Amino acid sequence: MTEKVLLVDDEKEFVEVLGERMKNRGMDVTTTTSAMDAVKKVTAESYDAIVLDLQMPEMDGIQALRAIKKIKPEMQVILLTGHATVEKGIEAIKMGAMDLIEKPADMKTIIEKIKMAQVKKMILVEKKTEMKIKKIISSRGW
Amino acid sequence: MSRQWSIIGNQGFEFMGGINASISHEIKNVLAIINENAGLLEDFTFMVDRGMPIDPERLKSLAGKIQHQIKRADGIVKNMNRFAHSVDESCKNVELGEILDFVAALSARLIINRGVTLDIDSNAEPVVVMTNPFLLENLIWLCIDFAMDMTGDGKTIGVSCKKTPRGAEIKLSELDGFGSMTAADFPNEREKAFLEALDGEMTICRETGEILLVLPETIKAGR
Repeated sequence: MTEKVLLVDDEKEFVEVLGERMKNRGMDVTTTTSAMDAVKKVTAESYDAIVLDLQMPEMDGIQALRAIKKIKPEMQVILLTGHATVEKGIEAIKMGAMDLIEKPADMKTIIEKIKMAQVKKMILVEKKTEMKIKKIISSRGW
Repeated sequence: MSRQWSIIGNQGFEFMGGINASISHEIKNVLAIINENAGLLEDFTFMVDRGMPIDPERLKSLAGKIQHQIKRADGIVKNMNRFAHSVDESCKNVELGEILDFVAALSARLIINRGVTLDIDSNAEPVVVMTNPFLLENLIWLCIDFAMDMTGDGKTIGVSCKKTPRGAEIKLSELDGFGSMTAADFPNEREKAFLEALDGEMTICRETGEILLVLPETIKAGR
């Protein structure tokens, strides 16, 4: 199944090349250099994973993560950072990120995390659907 | 006097740390781009192995992108080295236009992250003063940092310098938000310690939205 990914980083060349490499591996990739634009895209579209840079102008990665989780809590966000410390990792996970990857990132690691994100999201969506069905059944009194 | 140097010392470490963190972040970004370009080249070799044709122009373009990032990294490392050497001499001739450009380049990532643009008008004529380069760089950064707090996201801060009869003047202009500021906000004890060490003076013009930093032609010996 094709993974639908949103790639967000203010370094245009980075998102372009990483995006091309991910597409070469059969992924459906959308790129943007603005965190605000990413939030807009998440409102309109659904993605299996969002790869988000931690330090960006206008809105940083943590702010964007908060905004995304508020709109779509099931969205799986992988944060990219120049310096991944244990503290930063814990903070990101507490904020709802699925994982934290340090730059420069290894393609194999990125792909593994994206595939993991897709599975996690599918489980969450299935659970949500199951709960909705249960709610409908109980409200009808069948 | 010892309290003044203790303030300067603590702030100096903070400034060094902040700039180093910003520079290393920039280097990581450059490495990440080089890494992806190298990875794409590797992808191309796998494609060729499978009999897929690759346009030589794409390879040329990739090589150009890698060279561009290497130049970018070289500029960042040069600035880092120059910054490290700013503490070598406590008193030397510095050209203010050059120092303003240098502080802006060093703090580029910190400024971008705050959503602010610096419009530096380096004087066509060199404005030279004999001063402590590291303390001056630090004080200029404190002024820019405060100005960014005042103006907020999406704004431009004008930065310029000129010769004066007693020395030189650095001006930060187009600053909004001074109305809500109290006299105690800026310059505070920290900036005053730097001003004393540099024999400088600072004037805040609320009406025009300007910060004026006045420096002598030569600081007193032994600073």
